[in-house]
Amino acid sequence: MIGSIAALTFNPAPVILAIPAVAAVLLALIPSYRVSAALNVGACALTFLTALALLVAPRIAGPFLIVDDLNIVFVVLNTFVAFTTSVFSASYIAHELETGRLTPLHLRFYHAMYQVLLAAMNLALLSNNLGVMWVAIEVATLTTVLMVGLYRTEAAIEAAWKYFMLGSVGIALALFGTILVYMVAQPVVGEGPDGMIWSVLMKRARDFDPALLNVAFVFLLLGYGTKVGLAPLHAWLPDAHSEGPTPISAVLSGLLLNVALYAVLRFKLLLAAHPGTLAPGPLMMAMGLASLLLAGFMLYRRRDIKRLFAYSSIEHMGLIAFAFGLGGPVANFAGLLHMTMHSLTKSAIFFAVGHVCQVKGSQKLSDIRGLTTSHPALGWGLVVAVAAIAGLPPAGVFMSEFLLVTSTFAHRPWLALPLVAGLLLAFGALMLKLSGIAFGAPSPGTDKVKASYLPMTVHLALVLVAGLYLPPPLVAWFRHVAGLLG
Amino acid sequence: MIEHAITPNLVFDVAHMFAGALVLISFLMLYQDRLYALLNVFALQAVALALAVAWQAYAQDAPHLYVTAGIALVFKALVIPVSLHRMVARLGIHRQVETAVSIGPTMLAGIALVALSMVVMLKATPAAEALAREDLAFALSVVLLGLLMMVTRRNAVSQVVGFMSLENGLILAATGAKGMPLVVEISVAFSVLIAFIVIGIFLFRIRERFDTVDVDALDRFRGGRA
Repeated sequence: MIGSIAALTFNPAPVILAIPAVAAVLLALIPSYRVSAALNVGACALTFLTALALLVAPRIAGPFLIVDDLNIVFVVLNTFVAFTTSVFSASYIAHELETGRLTPLHLRFYHAMYQVLLAAMNLALLSNNLGVMWVAIEVATLTTVLMVGLYRTEAAIEAAWKYFMLGSVGIALALFGTILVYMVAQPVVGEGPDGMIWSVLMKRARDFDPALLNVAFVFLLLGYGTKVGLAPLHAWLPDAHSEGPTPISAVLSGLLLNVALYAVLRFKLLLAAHPGTLAPGPLMMAMGLASLLLAGFMLYRRRDIKRLFAYSSIEHMGLIAFAFGLGGPVANFAGLLHMTMHSLTKSAIFFAVGHVCQVKGSQKLSDIRGLTTSHPALGWGLVVAVAAIAGLPPAGVFMSEFLLVTSTFAHRPWLALPLVAGLLLAFGALMLKLSGIAFGAPSPGTDKVKASYLPMTVHLALVLVAGLYLPPPLVAWFRHVAGLLG
Repeated sequence: MIEHAITPNLVFDVAHMFAGALVLISFLMLYQDRLYALLNVFALQAVALALAVAWQAYAQDAPHLYVTAGIALVFKALVIPVSLHRMVARLGIHRQVETAVSIGPTMLAGIALVALSMVVMLKATPAAEALAREDLAFALSVVLLGLLMMVTRRNAVSQVVGFMSLENGLILAATGAKGMPLVVEISVAFSVLIAFIVIGIFLFRIRERFDTVDVDALDRFRGGRA
């Protein structure tokens, strides 16, 4: 009886933030990399389980944290991918240590930063305060900057520098937008902290001054859009993905981009709550289509395997932004589904790519040939994953892209043309590159890599199952959230 | 009576003067061609910012803003310029600012950006009170000029200065918004701190590997990897 009451009143949100924070401190203190890798996995697993508890937790909006149907989707997906990535990371870094690319001291730093990053991302998703969300995204950016520069090669430092500069500009524009939102809210809700609380803003949005709110949204879209990797502000993304440790590439693509997207969506909701503002859709659709087409062309010219998939991330974030920009129940549903599928598939790809680069000792596409012959498990895993991300049925990505294209044909037939062109372009590029990577005479490499296939297999299985069968509760949930997004 | 000497008009004019000074100093930074001179001008801008923020603290009767002003004065006007001075001397960077676009067009672009921010802000905020809206227009000008400096400069130190000047604009905007919660001020100050640490580390690391902090030199290492 008491237990059930406790279960009803238990609020998992603070715990989701506390676990990674405590783990980060512990990991900074533990010198043994084996222990810390295990602790890293354990902490991530615990966070994921707590995040699952959110599903049954009450929807509350306190002064600090907010739990609603929209951010639960993001938190659960985030903590799940973080957990599987930590499992992959444990096997990945063991090899990096053996080859001497990283030292135990680096790893201590790496593990602590990994948890700081997770704490920051979860805070960004759960915070009910615009300012705190901004700080959290900023912290997440800075930790990833440090991780991208971890190898300390010339290229890694360049990538980190570029990422840092562009990321800071983005984050600065986002702060300016945040200040403007406060200034819009201040005459209506009064001075003080209330002017930055999501739940308060959403209720009072009708009375806001529409012109200034529009200006604020443009800044926020450009600012957080930089972090989403939308064209023309995507320049940092390929470098950051290719030079850091591969688990970080997986986390960047699978998680951090989503967190930034979440911020954009929140502000889009705010605009949608006011009838007099400009429609945020066309802006998002334009940036989304530009990203899709640009990435589609750029994919053909890639010579580095991690850069190849970084451009593919730009393509997919463009698709997702387009879907949410298009709006309406079907397109929003497609956007949510595509975001989930992209996170799962792209991180699976990076899990495979991480080990591929280790066995071949290179990231150059010209050094990676005939994987299915030399390393069948890795090779076929990569083939399945790339086929999935390229949008071949029966993977879940196919379903979301199909929904998106049909919805576009129904509402904006002219836009379906560039959309389909972009999809086909990217598809062709990925197939072309995949045939070189996976088939033909194998290039030289080693077998001495203890790869862990479990995270990749689990992700791919989920993506394939989702393409064939989505559980009705999940569909109902996504439909509900899609309705909220308007 | 002394209290009566401070009329709303005076509050407005003084705030206006300081905010305008920030914009002017941003222009000064645009045409500096020596790194040391650039750092000095940046320090001057930080002093102007400290005065502007202190005036807002006084006018809005918001004592916590004095903290922000103090941080601007101590940290941005003294600590950062001095340490960047020493870094430039120790690293033996060329003392010239290498520009990607020459000074003339940059100044013209700067004027266009200021005009743009005036048009956008004054049009978008007819409802807000005059002080807030003009402050905001100035703040946006400083932000955009900082951004312009980041794009038109080649070496890392002047890009960092551009970024910090951009942050000055943000602080001006944040303090101009009446009653903005403290969290933002702290966060802004905090972000400057972190940004500096990170940049410090990076400059140090870059120093380990390169003889120059010219970002173009970094680009060359990408070689054929596209």
